[in-house]
Amino acid sequence: MTVPASNSLPPDPVLVAFNRFGLGARPGDREMLAGDPRGYLRAELRQADIAMISLDDPAYAGLLGSTPAIQASMAANFQLQRERTAAAQPATASAQAVPAQALPAQITPAHPALAPAPTDKPVVPQVEATLFRAEAQARFDKAVRAKAGFVERLVCFWSNHFCVSVAKDILIEASAGAFEREAIRPFVLGRFADMLLAVEHHPAMLLNLDNQQSVGPDSRAGSNRKRGLNENLAREILELHTLGVGSGYSQADVTSFARILTGWTMAGRDGRLGEPGNFVFNANAHEPGDAVLLGKTYPAGGMGQAEAALNDIARHPATALHIATKLARHFIADTPPPSAIARLAKVFAKTDGNLRALAAALIAIPEAWSTPLAKMRSPFDYVVAIRRATGPGPAKDPGQSLGWLNALGEPLWQPPGPNGFPDGADGWASAEGMKIRLDIAWQAARQAGDIGNPNDMLDVLIGPAASPETRQAIARAESKQQGLALLLMAPEFQRR
Amino acid sequence: MSLLCETPDPSRRAILMTGGALFAWAYMPRFARAADNRDPRLIVIVLRGALDGLSAVGPVGDPDYAGLHGDIALSLAGPHAALPLDGFFALNPAMPVFARLYGNNQAAVVHAAATGYRERSHFDGQDVLESGFAGPGHVTTGWLNRALESLPAGDRVATLGGLAVGPSTPLVIRGAAPVLGWAPLSLPTPGDGLAARVLDLYQHRDPVLAVALQKGLDADRMAVDDKMGKTMKPKGGLDSAAGMRQAAQGAARLIAADDGPRVAALAFDGWDTHVNEGGATGRLATLLGGLYGVFEEFEKGLGERWKDTAIVTITEFGRTAQVNGTVGTDHGTGTVVLLAGGAIKGGRVIADWPGLKPAQLYEQRDLAPTSDVRAVLKGLLADQFGLSAAVLGDKVFPDSAAVKPMRGLVA
Repeated sequence: MTVPASNSLPPDPVLVAFNRFGLGARPGDREMLAGDPRGYLRAELRQADIAMISLDDPAYAGLLGSTPAIQASMAANFQLQRERTAAAQPATASAQAVPAQALPAQITPAHPALAPAPTDKPVVPQVEATLFRAEAQARFDKAVRAKAGFVERLVCFWSNHFCVSVAKDILIEASAGAFEREAIRPFVLGRFADMLLAVEHHPAMLLNLDNQQSVGPDSRAGSNRKRGLNENLAREILELHTLGVGSGYSQADVTSFARILTGWTMAGRDGRLGEPGNFVFNANAHEPGDAVLLGKTYPAGGMGQAEAALNDIARHPATALHIATKLARHFIADTPPPSAIARLAKVFAKTDGNLRALAAALIAIPEAWSTPLAKMRSPFDYVVAIRRATGPGPAKDPGQSLGWLNALGEPLWQPPGPNGFPDGADGWASAEGMKIRLDIAWQAARQAGDIGNPNDMLDVLIGPAASPETRQAIARAESKQQGLALLLMAPEFQRR
Repeated sequence: MSLLCETPDPSRRAILMTGGALFAWAYMPRFARAADNRDPRLIVIVLRGALDGLSAVGPVGDPDYAGLHGDIALSLAGPHAALPLDGFFALNPAMPVFARLYGNNQAAVVHAAATGYRERSHFDGQDVLESGFAGPGHVTTGWLNRALESLPAGDRVATLGGLAVGPSTPLVIRGAAPVLGWAPLSLPTPGDGLAARVLDLYQHRDPVLAVALQKGLDADRMAVDDKMGKTMKPKGGLDSAAGMRQAAQGAARLIAADDGPRVAALAFDGWDTHVNEGGATGRLATLLGGLYGVFEEFEKGLGERWKDTAIVTITEFGRTAQVNGTVGTDHGTGTVVLLAGGAIKGGRVIADWPGLKPAQLYEQRDLAPTSDVRAVLKGLLADQFGLSAAVLGDKVFPDSAAVKPMRGLVA
């Protein structure tokens, strides 16, 4: 098999900036870089709040914080349940007409549009689906509006690192977008320990990894209710979020950490533990006593016990190495140069997990600019790059983009497991995946409307780095649409 | 989803049938039958997330079972009675087809089985299960692909290659031997010339993508029933019962073809039942019901090929013998391997039962493994395709010479 000619030369730095580190060029974007791609990416890292999606911004209407989102879902499902109960007992007149004011006061939805539908109609579309689509639209919009998109790529990286799945629980479907906005985005250029704490406190993560049900066997709740430990969250924090598999922790550490984490839960609809949908520390479910994790004793201390443990493992050398490896693998190559990993791990340790410093170190690594663009764009990157190249899709409706992601095997916020979506080129350059990319390229090209001359599009989006073969294939296309589809399928558009 | 609403244009497929393909298998003349009229096939189903073997095939005759497995233990009594297999083991009632096959001696169970992996990470466990290596860290090739590669040059099974079902290729079948990919999903198809043009560009600039795209186009063509002229629509993801059934339907059609692949790999997600696992009813039973649909579709779709087919269902490890605090089970060790197919010498549960007393449990928490999953797989590869113990112990499952193939699984 011949090696592509492009692999023998260092890649074009403009393509490195837009494809390896960014979300792809929009028409006109290449000029922004003004001959200094590295400097342009660095400047993105210095912009305050660049990662944030503000609820006050009219461009992102329809979003809710996770607490009201979860409350809306709880209220809708409570209502649905009552209707089902009522339908099951048609003879009982009183069950059919419960006055609205009989609903518990604390679950009034915060957003009028999300109030449960009148009782004589099914709730269509469901509250959770409405919230999910609004969050999806915001994520696509933010990605299409970003300049180079380096920080958005970092958001995606961390969101996949700390993934939750909307398939796991209806309350996660309602709050997955809010989770990303509340626990990931504020810390993407902040400290790793802060992101870790925010993630593990968040109801979406506690639900995703079953911790809301984990009860200390010797706690008050444990002895009364005959419920017990669930070690899922503890294991995945150690294996996936921080230290990494094979880094030396034992089954005893997992079990001990699960005990430490007992009581970290979400307040339920009844409001017994606190504001429904909020994180709450339930002392009744917390396993009492000191606990040993990785050889260190954490004295009994309620919620602080797990916080102290999280703060320690966030700074563990294994965590630095794990994060450095994943970051280098994601941005540089499936098999990253060891020197790059070592450098990132050193920066992580030296700066106490400062993620802005880590991102800056990443783009300062010489191999990041000399390694051939051999990785595949992930489905999300591919779909966003298409939107950026050809204009936004059907107005204000994320349905098509979401459908593309499903077909490509990367449904939004729905990874196959707690380890997130795969990151290797092998995973995305599958036979089925490439066939679907072809179908999507065709569909996008067909709906692009007036697309001008595809040869000019090539110059605007890829520039002088385009290979003669790609140039020729597009020049010989039998229609503008076909030319654009060829551009969207070209190796220069697929690889990063 | 909106992208699925158009009827595919069959003309692209017609073009590709006559156009230059990278893989010859689809275009080869039909092979003469082997002398003994056997035409063996092997289908590998990977259940990702760790199947609770004690709830799939319950040791209802073990006095410690009901106590340990608590509310989710199977029982021969009650409204959802388990289906008795042999007086000691009983099958989850969600799988009546498997019970029927078992009754016809076309299904068997290997219980208390595990790979050589003894930690409890899904992802490492799956890598070990699928790569066939003794430990984690090998993620480029899988044992099923290396088995194809190890067949003598020109062997029919090797030439026909493998089939990978799903949007991404399962590790178990990744590798150098040719693999066709197919997933039950369709999109509006591009104009006739686009695929050929993109392939031509890839052949000049990016051969890896050329191979992948060609295989994807071939698989798409194969899976379409030309007589019916319709493409199957997705009914659900590969972790739903409908999606599982549909994947098996399409795969059966590809495998049944005279010039179709003889080995196939399918991977289904969703078996990680930490919470409210359910026993005879509930989440696990729903998934097992999907698996039952898979067996049913293969039996139906393979037709007369069923008699030469072996289906093996494997998972990275088992789950804790005792239910956890949330009516589920956590990551464990020993579990079941399910075998089905006309080629299987069935009607038996193969187990050197370790017992469920605290001292008999592995690390006092899991069903102790007494059979090696690799022994089962080696036995199938030996009986179906004639691979030698030496090749199996070195190339297919590296450094596993000590694990002897379990012979006689095939009738």
